[in-house]
Amino acid sequence: MSQDTPKISVTGLRKSFGSKTILDGIDFEVAQGESLVIIGGSGSGKSVTIKCVLGLIRPDEGTILIDGKDAVGLRGRERDALMKKFGMLFQGGALFDSLPVWENVAFGLIQGHGVSRSQAYAQAIENLAMVGLKEDVADLLPAELSGGMMKRVALARAIATKPEIIFFDEPTTGLDPIMGDVINDLIVHVREEMGVSTVSITHDMASVRKIADKVAMLYGRKLVWMGPVEEIDNSGNPYVDQFIHGRAEGPIQMDVRRP
Amino acid sequence: MNPLAPIGCTVLGFLAAAGRLVLFAAMAVMHCILPPWYPRLVLRQILEIGYFSLPVVGLTAVFTGMVLALQSYTGFSRFEAESAIAGIVVLSVTRELGPVLAGLMVAGRVGAAIAAELGTMRVTEQIDALTTLSTNPFKYLVAPRVIAATLTLPILVAIADIIGVLGGYIVSIGKLGFNPTVYLHSTFDILEPMDVISGLVKAAVFGFLIALMGCYHGYHSQRGAQGVGTATTYAVVSGSILILTFNYIVTEIFFSV
Repeated sequence: MSQDTPKISVTGLRKSFGSKTILDGIDFEVAQGESLVIIGGSGSGKSVTIKCVLGLIRPDEGTILIDGKDAVGLRGRERDALMKKFGMLFQGGALFDSLPVWENVAFGLIQGHGVSRSQAYAQAIENLAMVGLKEDVADLLPAELSGGMMKRVALARAIATKPEIIFFDEPTTGLDPIMGDVINDLIVHVREEMGVSTVSITHDMASVRKIADKVAMLYGRKLVWMGPVEEIDNSGNPYVDQFIHGRAEGPIQMDVRRP
Repeated sequence: MNPLAPIGCTVLGFLAAAGRLVLFAAMAVMHCILPPWYPRLVLRQILEIGYFSLPVVGLTAVFTGMVLALQSYTGFSRFEAESAIAGIVVLSVTRELGPVLAGLMVAGRVGAAIAAELGTMRVTEQIDALTTLSTNPFKYLVAPRVIAATLTLPILVAIADIIGVLGGYIVSIGKLGFNPTVYLHSTFDILEPMDVISGLVKAAVFGFLIALMGCYHGYHSQRGAQGVGTATTYAVVSGSILILTFNYIVTEIFFSV
């Protein structure tokens, strides 16, 4: 595999639920070590896009290549092998609430990689340290954590298996601006440390400016703009302009009845 | 509009739902059989489903046995056939009431709990998270519950049988004035191994159905608190109805043998 093969290459991705089309021909590429951020309003299909790449949702049409290999419809061992390349930070954390923090972090190591429990514990503590958490949280249950701590534990879990591609689903949503920035810093730090490719979805512009190399805007079932983060303020694209400035007036119409 | 269309829609919807359920059941059974297994999780579920259901099932059984002795006395004394009460109690409890009532109670307790837990995991994306951590949710969540329920229900029902017969004994001796030795003698005289075995087979079938319905509805739960609530209701209702349906089917099979 040459250095030029993109980590992720998506072409012509289509997905409908019943009669409702969510994605209608999405194309993008993510290079080795690159950070793509997909922005867009609520319900624009951002989550569906990354869930298709992850294999949690099966696309109706289109190809998804991971390291140049087709990933759509893989099953059994091939799917398992592919899953080991992925890490995912879910929006609500999605921590297993029946397991203590350290077992959450070590889950992928114990179940997926067959690491012994004592070894996995040590690695979990290392990963917790990487997101700035001390050993004393290790035995707490997820219900005892604050929102910011939960996100950090979820981040520790996503990086514990040393994935090559990490997905972030609205990493800063629901956090105060300072904790949001802490999470952004952690994401940047983790990416530099591990050299991974990342795909994030968010509508938090502060987060976009901090973690993105490349930005793609999803609107009306298609990607309406894609470019480097430096160009986002001079994109010349009315959709992007309206979105980054958060204006109600513009080409993007929300389904809100006006008085 | 074609007046037949709603009928067709309903029938097609029902068939599609039945098909999805059968596919889910086939997947569940396949993952119960094929490795990797999670013995720790199976043990935990056995404790959860079996051990913690003991009080509920025991209380149901003792009162059922007691009321059975009392009611059959009312009927049988009119024919001066009081001596048949011991037999009536033991046969009703082992063949029918033990498995069915224990099954229904466990469907309410365990079916609802499974659906609520899996439903919440679905809604909070924990099931998706399992997949991203290279763990098959069918193996990790569904299989341990199905295995544990299928194994523990027969044990629960065996205990319910004993407690139910004891309930009948207490009322017959204490209230109706039977001779203890004669009562016990006629109880064991009439009982055949097949009576108990058919009840235990029923129990295993019911256990499988309870866990399956709990997992199925929880796994496919819709969003939000209401989605989980609906999943829980469906799990209990469909579990109970399937128990009563399969009760007849299994009885019929044993009847023909």
